[in-house]
Amino acid sequence: MSVLEVTGLEVRYGDLTAVDGVALSLAEGETLAVLGANGAGKSTLLAALAGTHLPTSGTVLLDGEPVTRLPAHRRVRRGIVLVPEGRRIFGSLTVEENLLMGRFPKRAGPWHLRAVYDMFPLVAEMKDRRGSVLSGGQQQAVAIGRALLANPRVLLLDEVSLGLAPTVVTQLYDAVRRITAEGTTVLVVEQDLDQALRVADRVQCLLGGRTVLEAQAAGLDRDTVADAYFGITRGSRTDPTEA
Amino acid sequence: MDWLNAGVQGVLLGGQYALLACGLSLIFGVMRIVNLAHGVLAVLAAYLSLVLVEQGLPLWLAVVVVVPVFAALGYAVQRGLFNPALAQVGGGARGGSGGGSRGAGELAPLLVSFGVAVALTNLLQVVFSADTRKIPTGGLASAGLPLGDLSVGVLPLITLAVAVAVIAAVQLFLARTATGRAMRAVADDAGAAAMMGVDPKHMYAVATALAFATLALAGVFVGMSTQFSSGYGDLVLLFAFEAVIIGGLGSLWGTLAGGVVLGLAQTIGAQIDPQSGVLAGHLVFLAVLVVRPGGLMPRSVPA
Amino acid sequence: MSGPAAVAPSTPPATPPTAPTVTRGGRGSWVGGGAMLLVVVLLAAVVPYAVTLGALSSLVMLFALVILGTTWNLLAGYGGMVSVGQQAYVGVGGYALIQLADAVGAPPWAAVLAAGLVGAAIALPTSYLVFRLAGGYFAIGTWVVAEVFRLVTMQIDGLGGGTGLSLSAFRGTDRVERVAFVYWFALALMVAVVLGTYLLMRSRVGLGLTAIRDDRVAASSLGVAVDRGRRLVYVAGSAGAALAGALIALSTLGVTPGSIYSVNWTAAMIFIVVVGGIGTIEGPIVGAVLYWVLQQALAPLGTWYLVVLGAVAVAVVLLAPRGLWGLAAGRYQLFPTTHHVRPLAASATVAPRTGR
Ligand SMILES: Nc1ncnc2c1ncn2[C@@H]1O[C@H](COP(=O)(O)OP(=O)(O)O)[C@@H](O)[C@H]1O
Ligand SMILES: [Mg+2]
Repeated sequence: MSVLEVTGLEVRYGDLTAVDGVALSLAEGETLAVLGANGAGKSTLLAALAGTHLPTSGTVLLDGEPVTRLPAHRRVRRGIVLVPEGRRIFGSLTVEENLLMGRFPKRAGPWHLRAVYDMFPLVAEMKDRRGSVLSGGQQQAVAIGRALLANPRVLLLDEVSLGLAPTVVTQLYDAVRRITAEGTTVLVVEQDLDQALRVADRVQCLLGGRTVLEAQAAGLDRDTVADAYFGITRGSRTDPTEA
Repeated sequence: MDWLNAGVQGVLLGGQYALLACGLSLIFGVMRIVNLAHGVLAVLAAYLSLVLVEQGLPLWLAVVVVVPVFAALGYAVQRGLFNPALAQVGGGARGGSGGGSRGAGELAPLLVSFGVAVALTNLLQVVFSADTRKIPTGGLASAGLPLGDLSVGVLPLITLAVAVAVIAAVQLFLARTATGRAMRAVADDAGAAAMMGVDPKHMYAVATALAFATLALAGVFVGMSTQFSSGYGDLVLLFAFEAVIIGGLGSLWGTLAGGVVLGLAQTIGAQIDPQSGVLAGHLVFLAVLVVRPGGLMPRSVPA
Repeated sequence: MSGPAAVAPSTPPATPPTAPTVTRGGRGSWVGGGAMLLVVVLLAAVVPYAVTLGALSSLVMLFALVILGTTWNLLAGYGGMVSVGQQAYVGVGGYALIQLADAVGAPPWAAVLAAGLVGAAIALPTSYLVFRLAGGYFAIGTWVVAEVFRLVTMQIDGLGGGTGLSLSAFRGTDRVERVAFVYWFALALMVAVVLGTYLLMRSRVGLGLTAIRDDRVAASSLGVAVDRGRRLVYVAGSAGAALAGALIALSTLGVTPGSIYSVNWTAAMIFIVVVGGIGTIEGPIVGAVLYWVLQQALAPLGTWYLVVLGAVAVAVVLLAPRGLWGLAAGRYQLFPTTHHVRPLAASATVAPRTGR
């Protein structure tokens, strides 16, 4: 059974339909990359999964149980943990306090403070600094570490690469690889195709709130993805593949 | 000699103001609500303990009853009134002005708390008349410790000690406990805190419960030391506010310093002209406003 | 919160015109404007001959309430500044009137207008003080200032100390003549203040103010001089409160520091604006009429009246934040300050928004 099973999801902002009938499914330990241009609806999809913006229709099942209308704070306790776009670090809390917020839902699992510090040694060095003084890359590391301490059943990552230097992005995705290697089920949203393909088992492309491409990551033709990005049809759509 | 006495009384008075200011500062720090009903609520607590004492309860027991009752009241007021008001911020009230909840959007909570203040002040007047009252303390309020040529009031001394203890406790709670940490996280970014499993509405209500508990305690001390009436809440609000601003909005310890400065200004002012104590306090507050460069942009967290 | 507001307007044209059409007001505004004019004419020409002197005095209070509500709305509804200290200027206006009429010897009408100017002159330096406080702290800060005004007034022997002053300029004037004069003058002043506020809101300054209210950061980046605009609103709104205070003193023939500087004036202003409908010209008028009617009707309740008032204000803020005018009229405006744009195509324009 899938860990996360989404069907017919529709999310709106007033009159604007940002996510329009999206379905997706994540198997245990799998990593799915959701790709798409700016405004494709990726963040909105994650918001609906995390419960920060409730969908108008469709269902979200976590381990077979519906969580569609659960508010965000209760969904975290069930194990859907979001690393949001823009990191959203608590500026007046120290780095360590930021991380400890991940323990607030009190979920048991393999992730502890020590493990996060081992994964991000630079974060460990800064543990007593305030969140507001961190660089973008450091903030992203703290945001990921904070989410890990919640021991997610499903980890949702929104544009880890946003606004960061390529070397920093590479380091962060090295960490993501280790997280997926630990068996954590992950959904990454990315615009950076190379990084996404480094970690993903499967790829799903959004355009205008709809799924336009689903494919296995291995051996994926980059042009196909690029076309899907911008909505160019060449009749080369890959069939949805089962994981 | 009189000046020295005024100084000592002023410092002690500062304890009362700091205790009063604690809750105002906490509510503002966590959810950016300025609770204009703060003063009248303190007066309500004073009336409540007065009634209990008149029913024959010992004063300490009245306090033990009133403080938790106010904590519960605070939780209910937050869930029933302030949270719905906050939900309007940036939303419906003025059409799609949208955007963040920081900035011009403090209208609804402010108006709600002002409406509560007006209603409650007048309700107290209906119930208790406009006569001034005082909580009987069995001589405690007039007891003094000799200190050289001075006599230091026992009650003000106790008030100052309680203020220091309460501030220390609240500070420790915010700094060291998981709930306190979550409260600061909600103050920083409620949405992000919700993503970490914190229910902002509940956390706001816990903060208000805590604020109301300290406010009730302060109200009882006011009622023991001062002749109060239903309208006294206005002054209480202004004094608490002035202590917060003079203290610099940085921390609760700053508020204690602000309370002491305000108390000193009032007693020394009254020493110069008995009619002008309160006015002197106000003027020191305004002077602080003038002197502070760039005005005062409140920080979000009182910790 | 739907109601007629949500349904009435904006049916996109079937065939898109070549350019978007921008309209302000419409037929409804003309009809409504005509009705308003009729009411004013009735108040000026018929009512004074049909009711008692007592009723006329009471109507003067209504006109003062409309001025108070309209100018507080200028601050909060358009300028985004919640002042809980406007009683400072009600008091200044009251005292200034009596000093100007009695000590200086100005004719009463001139003394009222001059009292408004005194209010403005005091508000300007005060703004530099209170503008150092943001948001909710601004609210209490203004209250402290009002207390300082009251306490200082009480310290000045020439102003009657704690007992206040009574107006003697009307001594020897026939009572009927006096009440009639005050009535017509107050009516004219109210009309002038409402129209003046309306014109201010329609002006470039007014549009800038709306921008400030909706988003201060964005407005300043758009080149609106945020602080200048807010200061103008604060001074104008305070001048209005002073005018109302002068009218009240003129009508009641005196002031006491306790009542003319009472925070209950601000409570009345807030009730009027919130219940009537914040951020509209019409709302405060509706609110003032309602406040005035309730005041008469609930007078036997004594203090309970203020309990009810506070509770109603809370309920309206929470349940009908656009106030009575918003509920009843939706987007219909007697005094159109906003433009309605009909877009070329029926596409929804949604501004992208980031997190929070
Ligand atoms: N808070 C919001 N209010 C209104 N519209 C929004 C909001 N957030 C996003 N949108 C709109 O929804 C669409 C999808 O946005 P988003 O999910 O952020 O896309 P992505 O993350 O793929 O860049 C865009 O058209 C965007 O303008
Ligand atoms: Mg996005």
